[in-house]
Amino acid sequence: MEYYQVLGLEPKLSLDPEDLKQRFYGRSRLWHPDRFIHANPLERERALDMTALLNDAFRTLREPASRAEYFLKQHGLELSKDPPPELLEEVFDLNLMMEELREGDNSARRDLESARDRFAGMLAQIDAELQELFAGYDLSQSREILDEIQQALSRRRYISNLVRDANKELNVPGTSHSNAAN
Amino acid sequence: MSQELRTAMPQIDFGNRDLSQTAGKIVGIDLGTTNSLVAVMELTGPRILSGIVPSVVSVKPSGEVFAGRDAREALISHPERTVYSVKRLMGRGLADIQDELKLFPFRVAEASESVLRLRLGEAVMTPPEISAHILRKLKLDAEAALGETVTQAVITVPAYFNDAQRQATKDAGRIAGLEVLRLVNEPTAAALAYGLDKRKQGVVAVYDLGGGTFDISILRLHDGIFEVLATNGDTHLGGDDIDHLLLAISLEDIRSEWGEDLSGDSAAVQLLRRAVIQAKEELSFVPQATIDLEYGGKRYQRNIAIDLFDRLIQPIVERTLTRCRACLEDSKLQVDEIDEVVMVGGSTRIPLVRAEVEKLFRARPHTELNPDEVVALGAAVQAGILSGDVKDHLLLDVTPLSLGIETMGGLVSKLIHRNSTIPASATETFTTGVDGQTNVLIHVVQGERELVKDCRSLARFDLKGIAPMPAGLARIEVRFLIDANGILNVTARDLRTGKEHSVEVKPSYGLTDEQVEAMILESFEKAAEDFAARQVREAQVEADAVLSATERARKEPGYFELSEEERAAIDRAVNELLVVYHGDDHALIRAKIDQLDVATQKLAEIIINRAVGTALKGTPVDG
Repeated sequence: MEYYQVLGLEPKLSLDPEDLKQRFYGRSRLWHPDRFIHANPLERERALDMTALLNDAFRTLREPASRAEYFLKQHGLELSKDPPPELLEEVFDLNLMMEELREGDNSARRDLESARDRFAGMLAQIDAELQELFAGYDLSQSREILDEIQQALSRRRYISNLVRDANKELNVPGTSHSNAAN
Repeated sequence: MSQELRTAMPQIDFGNRDLSQTAGKIVGIDLGTTNSLVAVMELTGPRILSGIVPSVVSVKPSGEVFAGRDAREALISHPERTVYSVKRLMGRGLADIQDELKLFPFRVAEASESVLRLRLGEAVMTPPEISAHILRKLKLDAEAALGETVTQAVITVPAYFNDAQRQATKDAGRIAGLEVLRLVNEPTAAALAYGLDKRKQGVVAVYDLGGGTFDISILRLHDGIFEVLATNGDTHLGGDDIDHLLLAISLEDIRSEWGEDLSGDSAAVQLLRRAVIQAKEELSFVPQATIDLEYGGKRYQRNIAIDLFDRLIQPIVERTLTRCRACLEDSKLQVDEIDEVVMVGGSTRIPLVRAEVEKLFRARPHTELNPDEVVALGAAVQAGILSGDVKDHLLLDVTPLSLGIETMGGLVSKLIHRNSTIPASATETFTTGVDGQTNVLIHVVQGERELVKDCRSLARFDLKGIAPMPAGLARIEVRFLIDANGILNVTARDLRTGKEHSVEVKPSYGLTDEQVEAMILESFEKAAEDFAARQVREAQVEADAVLSATERARKEPGYFELSEEERAAIDRAVNELLVVYHGDDHALIRAKIDQLDVATQKLAEIIINRAVGTALKGTPVDG
């Protein structure tokens, strides 16, 4: 639980975003490499390492989903990559719509949009569920809740990929970054 | 001897400091595509040192290299031994500059396959070496203005510069004899200068359209922390592109009017380019401008009205707006959460640019800071943060591009995502795929695309000397760390032995460490000439200080307590110093400074004593 330690936090799934931010800024002020330009090489290296760790930690813990994923990993749990079985039919339909749109059938656009919105709605629902599960786990440390979180997160990841792909197909500005570095 | 006496009289500074011993200021440098500037942080705030230095480098037939204003003139008199906009080539390979070669008169030297080299007359130089000449010019200007040597700098780069472009900029600094303490992103530097001056809290977007690059950054400012939320850009989009559009039109006109194709005549093209730039700049203030060229006894004139100009540049402006929208999306903010837009770079003087930016962000763009200077000023602020002179301010910047490694089937596995706050790191464990395999090759790329071929190759890292064992048993943990300059560092550890594992780096573009070292050595020879010139300049600065202190002292009432002989001795010493002042012998100047010091010693004592006397009279003793 290195990421929690570096921010001086107890390993919990529910975190106060404002408190997290203040801890991050406070530690940044103290540890940032800018403060150690004239220090000896060893101290400079330490400042760089600590700040990198701090930044990695803040980035990971800030978002509930990436935070929970990190938390699960520390407990030896990985997210499942398989599609949730109850969604198979809908995913099949979604792929069909994307195919049609790609082939120039613009009537598929509206269907795809409403499918995308339905999936986005599911995401919001999962996020609300997750919040409750987080609070429940923090109280009880129950392994069963952790398993539930794992399932919810796996579903969440799968669905958010679907929404991303649908948006790409719909050409929603800003979602299909094709900025190759050149 | 005079040294000891002077320290006993600390109240009067005759300017005779040992300049070579001063700690030295950290300067801030804006190394631009078109122009460069150097600034320094002072008690009252950041200040520009000396004037704008055009980013142009030229080589005389004697081999002497010069940069700046004179070199810009040489663009017309000696185009074949002069180069501009070299920033476009920093950190790039021959294959990816083919488009530039069509538009810019870059003369690529032979054998540029591995490292790009340009020909300037008889000389052959890499882009970092050419940039180093611009930096050296800035360094000398700064030294002349400060009266002390400058060895450390903060240099700005476009936020959207990739690892190779950043590394090339750092190399240029090293070759110029500067320790580059930090590379700062240009829009972030602008925000620093702006935030220090105008705003303490809130969300600011910085729109930076310069000569050759475009950046957009969105920052949150709170209690002195400048946190970049997202950045986007295009390292090949700027005022240069507008010039090319106008240039192409004019060349076409001339072809039909005169029946002559001037595109192959570099002197004519440079003159026409200058005329085009002038017309473009006028169009920021008046609705009509004329492109006017006199060449070979003929005259070409063409009126450009603002609406035609707007129509021409609309696609360029639209390209910047697309990047802005993507940046806004990445920042996870709504457009109405942006409090202000700060405009940076000469091209933001164009009315259409301002209008479109205002429309997109629904906020009036700020233009009160000079868009040409604000980046250099911000670099000076960052220099002040590093030196500790500027307290309570901290810059948290991000990496503009995702970092990934090549996996099976030419796919990219992303390790550090774009817009991650830097320094940032990621670790990955590697193993062998074949029995007895003794090395593992890791290909690191930068970019947002899913296929390796669509991303930018950064380097190949070779983990060598793995003990032969069955496939899959070796475990080498590799740590990828992007430092505060946005530059990648890679270290590896053998997890079975716990020992540090060596990594051999093969940069895909740019120079190896050995090549940079060789260039530094070579530049030392050149630096010897620079050094002599600098010593003279330092001695002159010192002489100026002593002369003006003497001048002031002569007006003191104490001056008339001196004997006639003593006064004559001072006059003589002043005159002798003035005689050698413009020579090129720094030792002689210093000798005469010392002579004047001796001649003014008694005067200094008298002034001190009088000052002490007055002070005693003015203060009630029993107070």
